[in-house]
Amino acid sequence: MSTPEHVRSDVPAGPPAAGDGTGPVPSPARGPVRAAAARTARRRPVPWRRWLEILLLAGPGTAVFVTFVILPVLMAGYYGFFRWSGYGPPTEFVGLRNYQLILTDTAFLEALWHNAFILVMSLVMQGPVAIGIALLLNRRMRGRSLIRVLIFVPYVLSEVIVAIGFSLMLHTAGAVNDVLDQAGLGALRQDWLADPDVAIWSLMLILVWKYIGFAVILMLAGLQGVPDELREAAAIDGASYWKTQWYITLPLLGPTIRIWAFLSIIGSLQVFDLVYVIWGQYVADTAGTSTMATYMVANGRISGAYGYGSAVAVVIFLISLAVALVYQRYLLRRDTEGALTGGAA
Amino acid sequence: MTSAAMTTRRRPRHDSVDGGGSLAAYLVAFALVGVCLAPAVYVVLGGFRTNSQIIQSPAGLPDPWEVGNYLSVLTGGLFWQQLANSLVAAVGTTLGVVVLGLMTSYVIARYPFRAKHAMYSLFAAGLMFPITVAITPLYILVRDLGLTNTLAGIIVPQIAFALPTTVIILVPFLRAIPRELEEAAFIDGASRLGFFTRMVVPLSLPGVITVGILAFVASWNSYLLPLFLLNDPALYTLPLGVQAFASQYSVDTARVLAFVSLSMVPALIFFSAFERRIVGGLTGAVKG
Repeated sequence: MSTPEHVRSDVPAGPPAAGDGTGPVPSPARGPVRAAAARTARRRPVPWRRWLEILLLAGPGTAVFVTFVILPVLMAGYYGFFRWSGYGPPTEFVGLRNYQLILTDTAFLEALWHNAFILVMSLVMQGPVAIGIALLLNRRMRGRSLIRVLIFVPYVLSEVIVAIGFSLMLHTAGAVNDVLDQAGLGALRQDWLADPDVAIWSLMLILVWKYIGFAVILMLAGLQGVPDELREAAAIDGASYWKTQWYITLPLLGPTIRIWAFLSIIGSLQVFDLVYVIWGQYVADTAGTSTMATYMVANGRISGAYGYGSAVAVVIFLISLAVALVYQRYLLRRDTEGALTGGAA
Repeated sequence: MTSAAMTTRRRPRHDSVDGGGSLAAYLVAFALVGVCLAPAVYVVLGGFRTNSQIIQSPAGLPDPWEVGNYLSVLTGGLFWQQLANSLVAAVGTTLGVVVLGLMTSYVIARYPFRAKHAMYSLFAAGLMFPITVAITPLYILVRDLGLTNTLAGIIVPQIAFALPTTVIILVPFLRAIPRELEEAAFIDGASRLGFFTRMVVPLSLPGVITVGILAFVASWNSYLLPLFLLNDPALYTLPLGVQAFASQYSVDTARVLAFVSLSMVPALIFFSAFERRIVGGLTGAVKG
């Protein structure tokens, strides 16, 4: 009993003076006294000091996070019940009127439909292709790391840059139609951005272009986690290449696919920059590419209706949350301790 | 077939995977890289053309090459100013995220106290609050704090919104530092804070670099927040600036293309410098 006691009491007297300068100063004095009380907690400093450290270390980050993330979200919930131009305290309480208006506004319902379309099509258009490409690239080949870098380039560029580049190319007198003409495919010319039947597909094309590299990289990383031994064993047992991929690689890639799909779904519900830069605040409606987020900005900030804009934000949040929870509940649960439920972490 | 089997036995690691023939793999890789790069190449080449060239043949090559567009952007000052603003915002965000994120994660990972599970859940829940959802009241909040039209007004919220990912990535990282190391440090007389600054920070460097890069890239590409908060063109970051430039000079397509391609350059340099980290970090974040 006396040995740890002894060790502990003379510990703070020595090296820590050279330590961080702030911490250890009080401990030589208090050390022995408190230490006797907290005999079982060998490695722990005395409680008040521990709380001070916790406050000092976690305080600033938590404060910034709560102030600028949690608080605005709560504020959105509050403002959503008011008709408010954003100046002075909100006074004109309207109850659920804003929500009623949102959910009956065909412009919002169209935007919601576009988000749903983007969500489904992103999964359908990117998933199988990304998995196929990753399977094909998952071998020793020349320039493999260069390929990895290059297919990741679109992901690194900002959506604004991508939007401007593509809007110039997809313009009626732009490069895409020109290439089609020169290739003798003039019949395929389209008004890529303004034709409501085509525009959403153009948006999908740009989204796929921008995010497929990310999907491929994720899948490749997931494939590295599949032990070669399993594939070897299958090969020795006479399984063909494709059979091996189908019965061994793909199931083991499951967790990666599910996480990718989750990220893709959440991203699809938030699409804003691309649409806003290419189509602007008004054209998106007529071109059939408006999203919930562009609707929120156009009908909130731009129209000076901050109460209404906040209510739209709440609706977007609730929709995203519902989708995320359902997804986590039924698909992600077996992979990770759910981040939302706090898990057993 | 037998020789293939022999090689399989000798070098089993990759040849066993090689089923569809590697020619197909190269073709697919080549096509994919082409598709990914073509639009960027188009923008860069377009900057070397004149407007009349572009109108005559929108998809043609520069003939002759025209450097005037790039020169006028590079000597104009606007580009450099926006580049500087973007840099300040991104560096400020990154530093803030790394410092605050590391301190907070350390507490959650290694201090024994009851509220830490609640704290972890709070930050994890933050993943569900994208900036899109909070932007309207966030604008009001920043305005009431008098921070509109300052770079600080976008840096601080960006730090806040990057913290959830940071904490989620760093906590397991910090938890993985062996107890024995901590005990040894304490026996040698280090305090918890001393252990933090002298052991945890260096040991968690790989994780820190990952979250730093993620925060930097997010800030660099951020559009919605500056759009709401910055009205002063002198403070525009590159995404806002590019858009403003594109609408101001919408008839001068060649110059817009030059401006757009120049603003791609910093991101590409940054990416090629940290490619391994970015790709590794993303996949680590997903698998972790």
